[in-house]
Amino acid sequence: MSADLVTATAAQLLERLNAGDVSAAEVAQAHLDRIEATETQVDAFLHVMHDEALAAAADVDRRRAAGEQLGLLAGVPVALKDIFTTRGVPTTCGSKILDGYRPPYDSTVTARLHAADAVIVGKTNMDEFAMGSSGENSAFKLSRNPWDLGRVPGGSSAGSVAAVAAFQAPLATGTDTGGSIRQPAAFTGLVGAKPTYGRVSRYGMIAFASSLDQCGPIARTVTDAALLLQAVAGHDPMDSTSIPEPFPDLRPSLGAGVDGLRIGVVREFLESEGLEPGVRDRTTEAIERLGKLGADIVEVSLPHAVYGVSAYYLIAPSECSSNLSRFDGVRYGLRVGAGTAEEMMAATREQGFGAEVKRRIMIGTYALSAGYYDAYYAQAQRVRTLILRDFAAAFEQCDALVSPTAPTTAFAFGDKTDDPLAMYLNDVFTIPASLAGSPAVSVPGGLDDQGLPVGVQIMAPVLGEDVMFRVAAALEAELGFDPTPRGPNALKAAL
Amino acid sequence: MLEQAQRYEAVIGLEVHVELNTNTKMFCSCAIDFGGEPNSRTCPVCLGQPGSLPVVNAKAVESAIRLGLALGCDIAPVSQFHRKNYFYPDMPKNYQISQYDIPICLHGELTVTADGQDHRVGITRVHMEEDTGKSLHVGTSGRIHGADYSLVDYNRAGIPLLEIVSEPDIRTAAQAQAYLSELRAIVLALGISDAKLEEGSMRCDANVSLRPVGHTVFGTRAEVKNMNSVRSLGRAIEYEIARQTDLLTAGHPVVQETRHWDEDAGRTSTLRTKETTEDYRYFPDPDLVPVVPDPGWIEQLRAGLPELPAARRARLADSRGLSAEQAATLVGAGLDGILDDAADAGAPPAEAANWLTNEVVAWANERDIEPAAAPLTGAQLAELSGLVADGTLSKKLARQVLGGVLDGEGDPRQVAQARGLEQISDTSAIAAAVDDAIAADPGAAQKVRDGNDKAIGALVGAVMRATKGQANPGLVNELLRKRLFADGTGGGDGG
Repeated sequence: MSADLVTATAAQLLERLNAGDVSAAEVAQAHLDRIEATETQVDAFLHVMHDEALAAAADVDRRRAAGEQLGLLAGVPVALKDIFTTRGVPTTCGSKILDGYRPPYDSTVTARLHAADAVIVGKTNMDEFAMGSSGENSAFKLSRNPWDLGRVPGGSSAGSVAAVAAFQAPLATGTDTGGSIRQPAAFTGLVGAKPTYGRVSRYGMIAFASSLDQCGPIARTVTDAALLLQAVAGHDPMDSTSIPEPFPDLRPSLGAGVDGLRIGVVREFLESEGLEPGVRDRTTEAIERLGKLGADIVEVSLPHAVYGVSAYYLIAPSECSSNLSRFDGVRYGLRVGAGTAEEMMAATREQGFGAEVKRRIMIGTYALSAGYYDAYYAQAQRVRTLILRDFAAAFEQCDALVSPTAPTTAFAFGDKTDDPLAMYLNDVFTIPASLAGSPAVSVPGGLDDQGLPVGVQIMAPVLGEDVMFRVAAALEAELGFDPTPRGPNALKAAL
Repeated sequence: MLEQAQRYEAVIGLEVHVELNTNTKMFCSCAIDFGGEPNSRTCPVCLGQPGSLPVVNAKAVESAIRLGLALGCDIAPVSQFHRKNYFYPDMPKNYQISQYDIPICLHGELTVTADGQDHRVGITRVHMEEDTGKSLHVGTSGRIHGADYSLVDYNRAGIPLLEIVSEPDIRTAAQAQAYLSELRAIVLALGISDAKLEEGSMRCDANVSLRPVGHTVFGTRAEVKNMNSVRSLGRAIEYEIARQTDLLTAGHPVVQETRHWDEDAGRTSTLRTKETTEDYRYFPDPDLVPVVPDPGWIEQLRAGLPELPAARRARLADSRGLSAEQAATLVGAGLDGILDDAADAGAPPAEAANWLTNEVVAWANERDIEPAAAPLTGAQLAELSGLVADGTLSKKLARQVLGGVLDGEGDPRQVAQARGLEQISDTSAIAAAVDDAIAADPGAAQKVRDGNDKAIGALVGAVMRATKGQANPGLVNELLRKRLFADGTGGGDGG
């Protein structure tokens, strides 16, 4: 009984819950049991909300029995990346500097999930302050890829993808700044989406790079991902960068297919050095399949996308160097006692931040400093405008763009930790859409010859989530990918 | 000393901060009230909790625009908030949200009158920013050096401030005082702040430098802080001019630094040396969108501006025939409203003005209240003038009656009757006292008859004493003369 509860999609669970087939308490228990059975292998969670989940599930059952109106995700387990504040529940952002911190307020995403009657099962592991592409920068633990426990799940939403791929929860929230939902989704055979910048409120979502960060869904199917996004998206007066446009109901257009749509193939990406053959092949096959389904395939160019990584690794560190200034031991989190306030702040930050975070703070401080601002930060923003214009021009020729999500499949632990730049290059295909504010989703495109998942990225114009999910759904239906982790080194836990 | 003073001219610029009286803080909905337990008016936003985001207070923007319009500024069609980055425990985010190179108001001016002359002071800019918290250093001196520990209260953190920067057009302490007073009067007329220098809702820093007369290059400046009144500002500037003059005359350089004005000691001292300017790494705040005020709204605000002090003074002087000084005193004390009412009710304006500037201001000062809060109406003042005009009261008695009105004893006529102060103008009532006075001082009587007119004073005095000051002095004079000169016998009892 419980195996089919954990392998079910959120959509299937909702059907069964609404039909009275199964209770929210049973669903919650099944997933908590699955977490317990698999955590030693996968280490997805920093904090499991065992009691809270059961209480929330019981409440849903009680209200359903009383005939009350329930929310969009009533009874569905959801894992939250530990970057979203949860009132009274530990929130660390993967960092020692917030070890023990219990926020006094819920993020808007948390609040909207509660309002949707979702059952939050816990806070997932992540690269510290969302800085990383493998999960290896977490100050607390290494989350493992359920497809191969010796490999990274990707980052920074490492724990969220590990949890969903291991069937610990059907849905998880992640955040994506330069690819931190899409790349780990690609590495673990999942659907992971970054919406248009401003679609989902950032209030209570601990800031890394304010002009890039976005919350997005992680799930095993496109329909599930769309459902989660719908539950949390929409204008929030607490976030000045949240856009007023109402989030469309994606369900009607999901099954519309791609017949007559123009799909753009980004020339520069497929010609990219460092693109693994297996990834290239699955991507080109996916494009062919879309063509067979009726889409017009056109080649487009994003000529300035090649500067994306450089621009991103100036803009994001600059913004984060300022966003992370508040972590100083004065008001919350870690405090390392010392003489003067300044000494205390310095000691706290020295001990509380990991190496990658320190690296980016220093880069960002430098890029914003007098005499360098114009050559670095301002220049990077000008390049960003050029990339934005490239996208606008490309979307005049097509309705959606397709590319690989990441240049490689999941790599082994330690493979790239000695070379920060090599790690940064993970984001070469995901960064441009981030800089442009465009929505983008990664869907499983198959496996490479090592049996590791390959992700295919679909990008759409700003506010174009409907067309993006439509293409994603068509590809998913066409490919019929099985999200069960398998292989010689995969997660071993009977379902 | 005079020679040396002629060699240098002072170049002074003032930076004034005004705390706005909006209902809530600049970027969150915490109430702004005074007093209360420390850290009782805070929220995740103004405490800089992880994940919190700012949202602009529209009323603060309105106040900024209104002040800019009142100062003749251009209102920027697009302005931007910037982050000013530096670490200090009273700053929750370790950056202050402020405005940098695109402030909301630019290029204004203020004409002030000092030393009998009008002087134009340019206004560089007006911008919006948030206030910091307050530190309490606990130790022997209450200053940070040598403190055992410090406490921080964030109730003030996030309160909206407007910063008004003048061009370095001020040349004397008197001009500086006039500038600060006029700016304060404008702020009060607009109703955007209670602008109390002694309480900190208005703060003034002065930048003072000297240069040889005729030179255009600026000398090294010192910034002076901690002037808590207009008087204090004047004293501090004069001290600083003298200090710098002495230094330069002796061939020593002026050090660029921040100096602290000590009101009790009457001197400035080094607070911190600024050998290099601190690098605040300003960059546009990515959490806030540009401020784009609707042009129609700006025009509405312009049309709705109240009559500003300068216009008010001019109108008062013109319409009521008062001198510029009297008009300035009345407007400055907030008594122009009463004057207008009194004049409309029939009081001669000059007379009413005198009552107000001489008696009412003194009465208010004695009780340490604002003259404008004096419990006196124009109608009452007009009634008082009427009583003097019709002989019911002498000027001297009228002063006493006015005191009674201010003390709440009633209207002038009521006070006069109640206190028995009405002038005695009945000839027969005074006649006896006149006869007694002449009889009691035959020497004086004779002097008057002999042509020494001044000697009548003694006789008048005697009559006034005998009538407890209530005899109509004019009538006393008249009766004495009649008696002294009509009586042909020239002395003694007369027939």
